[in-house]
Amino acid sequence: MSAPAGAPHPHAAAASARIPPRLGAAAAPAGPSPTPHYQNGPAQNQMQFPPGYGLQSQGYVVPSGLYSQGPGKSTPLPLESQYGTDYHSGHYTVPTQNVTLAPGPSTVNMQPGSQQVYGRGPPAPHTVGSTPGSFPGGVASSASHLHTGRPQPYSSFGNHYNSPGIPSASSSIASQGFPLTSGHYAMSTASGAVYPSVSYPSVPAGDPYGQVFTSQSTSVITQFKDNSFPGQNTAVDHPPQQRLSPVGYSASSWAAPGPQSTQDNLTQNHIGSLATAGNTSNAGSSSCAEKQNIQLLKTSPAPPTVSSGSISARTQPPADRATEPVASGTQPPELLLQEGMQYGGYVNNQASSAPTPSSSTSDDEEEEEEDEEAAIDSSSTTSSVSPVPNSFDVLEGGSYPGDTLDPLSSSTTSPAPALSVPQATKPAKPFGYGYPILQPGYQNVGLSSGAQPSNPAYSGFQQFAQQYPGMNQLSSSLSGLSLQHSSQQPESLRPINLTQDRNILPVTPVLAPVPNLNSDLKKLNCNPDSFRCTLTNIPQTQALLNKAKLPLGLLLHPFRDLTQLPVITSSTIVRCRSCRTYINPFVSFIDQRRWKCNLCYRVNDVPEEFMYNPLTRSYGEPHKRPEVQNSTVEFIASSDYMLRPPQPAVYLFVFDVSHNAVEAGYLTIVCQSLLENLDKLPGDSRTRIGFITFDSTVHFYNLQEGLSQPQMLIVSDIDDIFLPTPDSLLVNLHESKELIKDLLSALPNMFTYTRETHSALGPALQAAFKLMSPTGGRVSVFQTQLPSLGAGLLQSREDPNQRSSTKVVQHLGPATDFYKKLALDCSGQQTAVDLLNAAVVCPGDSPGEPWPSLSLAAQPLLKQTTVLLAFLAVLAHMELEDHETCMSKYSAGCIYYYPSFHHTHNPSQAEKLQKDLKRYLTRKIGFEAVMRIRCTKGLSIHTFHGNFFVRSTDLLSLANINPDAGFAVQMSIEENLTDTSLVCFQTALLYTSSKGERRIRVHTLCLPVVSSLADVYAGVDVQAAICLLANMAVDRSISSSLSDARDALVNAVVDSLSAYSQTSSTSQQSALIAPTSLKLFPLYVLALLKQKAFRTGTSTRLDDRVFAMCQMKCQPLVHLMKIIHPNLYRIDKLTDEGAIHVSDRIVPQPPLQKLSAEKLTREGAFLMDAGSIIYIWIGKSCDNNFIKDVLGYPNYASVPQKLTHLPELDTLSSERTRSFLSWLRDNRPLCPILHVIKDESPAKTDFFQHLVEDRTEAAFSYYEFLLHVQQQICK
Amino acid sequence: MEAVVFVFSLIDCCALIFLSVYFIITLSDLECDYINARSCCSKLNKWVVPELIGHTIVTILMLISLHWFIFLLNLPVATWNIYRFIMVPSGNMGVFDPTEIHNRGQLKSHMKEAMIKLGFHLLCFFMYLYSMILALIND
Repeated sequence: MSAPAGAPHPHAAAASARIPPRLGAAAAPAGPSPTPHYQNGPAQNQMQFPPGYGLQSQGYVVPSGLYSQGPGKSTPLPLESQYGTDYHSGHYTVPTQNVTLAPGPSTVNMQPGSQQVYGRGPPAPHTVGSTPGSFPGGVASSASHLHTGRPQPYSSFGNHYNSPGIPSASSSIASQGFPLTSGHYAMSTASGAVYPSVSYPSVPAGDPYGQVFTSQSTSVITQFKDNSFPGQNTAVDHPPQQRLSPVGYSASSWAAPGPQSTQDNLTQNHIGSLATAGNTSNAGSSSCAEKQNIQLLKTSPAPPTVSSGSISARTQPPADRATEPVASGTQPPELLLQEGMQYGGYVNNQASSAPTPSSSTSDDEEEEEEDEEAAIDSSSTTSSVSPVPNSFDVLEGGSYPGDTLDPLSSSTTSPAPALSVPQATKPAKPFGYGYPILQPGYQNVGLSSGAQPSNPAYSGFQQFAQQYPGMNQLSSSLSGLSLQHSSQQPESLRPINLTQDRNILPVTPVLAPVPNLNSDLKKLNCNPDSFRCTLTNIPQTQALLNKAKLPLGLLLHPFRDLTQLPVITSSTIVRCRSCRTYINPFVSFIDQRRWKCNLCYRVNDVPEEFMYNPLTRSYGEPHKRPEVQNSTVEFIASSDYMLRPPQPAVYLFVFDVSHNAVEAGYLTIVCQSLLENLDKLPGDSRTRIGFITFDSTVHFYNLQEGLSQPQMLIVSDIDDIFLPTPDSLLVNLHESKELIKDLLSALPNMFTYTRETHSALGPALQAAFKLMSPTGGRVSVFQTQLPSLGAGLLQSREDPNQRSSTKVVQHLGPATDFYKKLALDCSGQQTAVDLLNAAVVCPGDSPGEPWPSLSLAAQPLLKQTTVLLAFLAVLAHMELEDHETCMSKYSAGCIYYYPSFHHTHNPSQAEKLQKDLKRYLTRKIGFEAVMRIRCTKGLSIHTFHGNFFVRSTDLLSLANINPDAGFAVQMSIEENLTDTSLVCFQTALLYTSSKGERRIRVHTLCLPVVSSLADVYAGVDVQAAICLLANMAVDRSISSSLSDARDALVNAVVDSLSAYSQTSSTSQQSALIAPTSLKLFPLYVLALLKQKAFRTGTSTRLDDRVFAMCQMKCQPLVHLMKIIHPNLYRIDKLTDEGAIHVSDRIVPQPPLQKLSAEKLTREGAFLMDAGSIIYIWIGKSCDNNFIKDVLGYPNYASVPQKLTHLPELDTLSSERTRSFLSWLRDNRPLCPILHVIKDESPAKTDFFQHLVEDRTEAAFSYYEFLLHVQQQICK
Repeated sequence: MEAVVFVFSLIDCCALIFLSVYFIITLSDLECDYINARSCCSKLNKWVVPELIGHTIVTILMLISLHWFIFLLNLPVATWNIYRFIMVPSGNMGVFDPTEIHNRGQLKSHMKEAMIKLGFHLLCFFMYLYSMILALIND
């Protein structure tokens, strides 16, 4: 970052003169050079830096918007295009005040008008977005407006708030899709674009953080600098003047808003507009008028007239009315009611200074702009001058009524009109969103909000809505509301009455909220799939966090399969000298030679080698190195990072071959899979493999090269296990491949007639540990029953009769510490133990019978009955879960569980095992891994969740890491974060790849810090919060009791919602209000309560429960969410509407249905995606065409009860269904089983138990749950 | 007789003080990452029972010798020691479990506990010393 903070204006035709120092440097390297040459590994680097990164990198160096170099110039960046639009908006705003002619907005008109007003508009054609750089005046003015407006009321707030942080892409979309309105959106985007320069560690200033921390007023200044404020000072080149100018501006703008701030937002807005006209004195009078209007509104029965009145008072353009009809037309009767309420609500909001999105940001901005201009060019006092009827007017018209008649606008925001008349209604929407507390209106709106995302055409819509808020901030700041919203906040804070709004589930999958950062940081930030935080706005103090009653934590998926990962080979890995943080995109370069750590703030030297950028082959640009351009990078570590030479890939398979296991027939499947995947096992020429089997004795297999056939060695002394031939049990995979293949093909038949029913798992594991301890590696244990012999033997603990009686579920924790100790030993020797539990199907025991004890386990196996759900072996096996989960838990292994497994009786489980094994055997693996999670000073890690051993306060020891492992950590705030506006988290995963390379994968996440409670709520990532809560609840149920954990979950909802309602001081105390960001919170918690892990009642086996808990602990967020809240789709009428293309396939995207039986119609077929299992439910009177075309049966009656495959039929609907299904399957690592369920089949209870919104035997329905929560809150 | 009781208490108390200091040192070693959690916990777990016994003996001794005030003073701490020992989950490796100690601020709470005990034992030490001298003089 070579340029001084204030220097360059992004567009800089004008500013270029000033920029040279930085631009000159920057221009050369621009973009990925055609022949990137890395010192160490050119080829790699090339691959790793796709063009996308190149762009980002520039963005990093200098916020892309500001960057006029390289790619930026040649192909206008989105930001720049925004600027172009900004320019327009600036112009538009002028007309808006004065406009008397509403209809027929044309861009042509606008431009001249604007030019006139400004008197300095460049002659160039103003096509939206096309001429970004050419209108510095416009841009600057708009920007200046924004900021002058804001800073005064809330100088104390962090800068980042101001920046709406709108994804630049969206804004550009907006401009394209709706050129007329684009001006509006551009405004917000403009601020976003401007901001980056401010908060971004801009180099020369010396202390980048200083800038970041600066109050808004300073930000204004910097922005001015950036924008060069051409509007005021035609001489762009004089930074000092620019700096001064803001002050003057602020004063002037202040004058206008000042009086207003005391009044309503509503009035303020209008006042603002009038005042901006040039006379602050007017402002007073106008405000009075406004007030009158409002009162009128309250009393007047006919909303439309009211609005018109207000408009007329304001001398608003007819355009207002044009939009009004839409609004009023939609819900005239409600208007009156709503008005009063909303009005009150509004006031409240102000009082509470919640960051409520004030209604019409557009208005405010425009007004502000006008203000400024008025102040700037005294000539522009023009109150009724320019008749520029353009779209903007229309927008304003819409917005104005919004101001005066909040209810109107809010109600009008309902989607229907929006869709039908996009232009007119769109402006209105934001206002609706902006209004924080309009419950009644929201009943209607709620639907709409839910529906909005669904419409494919409006994919960008949400973003629009979000952008609007950006504007809202302005208005709110003016009016005295706390302004801090970023683009998304108003939307995420929009209150929703949960009890009245039944359709809160969006029709498209919920996406992770984007942290409220400026656009550059946003682009650089870590992918939410790898790294998520439950609160994307970090509260400043622990007190604030406590007030919010929400968990703060991180959800990690560090070893995720990535399609694109920059791998860096460098002899020196640049790290902070005091905290050892890896250099990352969020550090700041103080100058060429020094950088400041973003976690501990220490200033470090940039090593000489780092000065050279291999990507661009240039020297002296450390900020363009790939490490600084990507938040997820992988280093190839030097020998400094090894305690010993990298280990080879070592795999040991431990099979249970007792009678139980043989009967289940898993061995055949496993050996078959192994044979097939032997060559695909990750590894290199050193890969080693070994096998152990056990029943009541432990069998080893000598596979030493040179033997004619595998040698079986039996050790029957299980109390003191030893290795018979330590050297030849683990053999090189390639050298002994033939022997291994022989063994694998012989193994399934070797134990066919065994009568051995005992299982000496403990000794087998000890043997495995001994075998592995010299190298470390992966032990895969296949077991089917409780260990009954030797060390670590276990007793079945669950009494099924107690299951029904008690709420208290016992035995969730392990009963012996044998496995824990062994696991720790394993972990210490870098050995991971993966458990694959295949419970045997033992038909014959009906649920009513008393449960057989373990010793009976083998007896009923031969009975052939149709009851496939056998409890016997499951019972036997279940306890394994309890105890041995800890085996996997601390050795960083994973657990698979196949209840009622049998190769013939339960083919779907067998198939699942087969597919899971394929994934298990061939997926990436990292050995001898450690993971360290660092965070900005002041934050500390409180609790870890997942499968690992915590070796020190922030260091996790993972014997193996696999791509399907997820982790969670709870954070606490130990020191106040008042002196920082950004916090960063860095995860560094050091592992040995299967090729014997030592690698470090580093993820860095950057989040803003906020000081107000409302902002905390605005940034809630509800899915992450739920996953973290699930982890915490698992802990609680093990350490305390299940009922405690359930209560804690309910309390989490109650506390957070009541805390929210206190902050927002709602007019309706009786209603259950949640901000949009939290609207799914109660639903998810209810779903969590109905999970196998936490539900009460008789139907849950301890085994299933424990396994579900394990899943919660170690699944990454995306998979866990599907388990917690499955996705339900209607698939009998799939269309290509909104379909996506995935590798030559068209995948239809049916809308999500809520999980309630009310959505199931008998005429339909529904697909439920529950993570590890997929159900297709077919209604009784389902369309025969569907059954024929997709299932391949003539009618409903002929569909068999058990169907696990869809036939490949050559029909369109079959093709669609299958492609949808395979798309769903491709999205997860483990293959889910498909169950086709008929409406009357007994299996349908499995399906219906996932309908979490409905009542079940012992659990609330969603509505009841809400009422319960409400009751608790009121208490 | 009374002097003997207090002499014994004094010695016992000294041992407990050293034990507390040892706990604190070991825990802070763990905090600073000088030793790993496993060895730390196995070191500490070894001394949990001796500490418990040592303190319980003093408490009972005070009860027997009818020093009510000192007995009541010791009772809560002794109870806490026993409670903590009994309530260890079956799967854990002792009061100090290496897999848990870094979670949920356990390390800090253990540290705090050791500090409090150190203070308490110091207080007791002087009390016993005073009582012992008093008893010797009275004899």
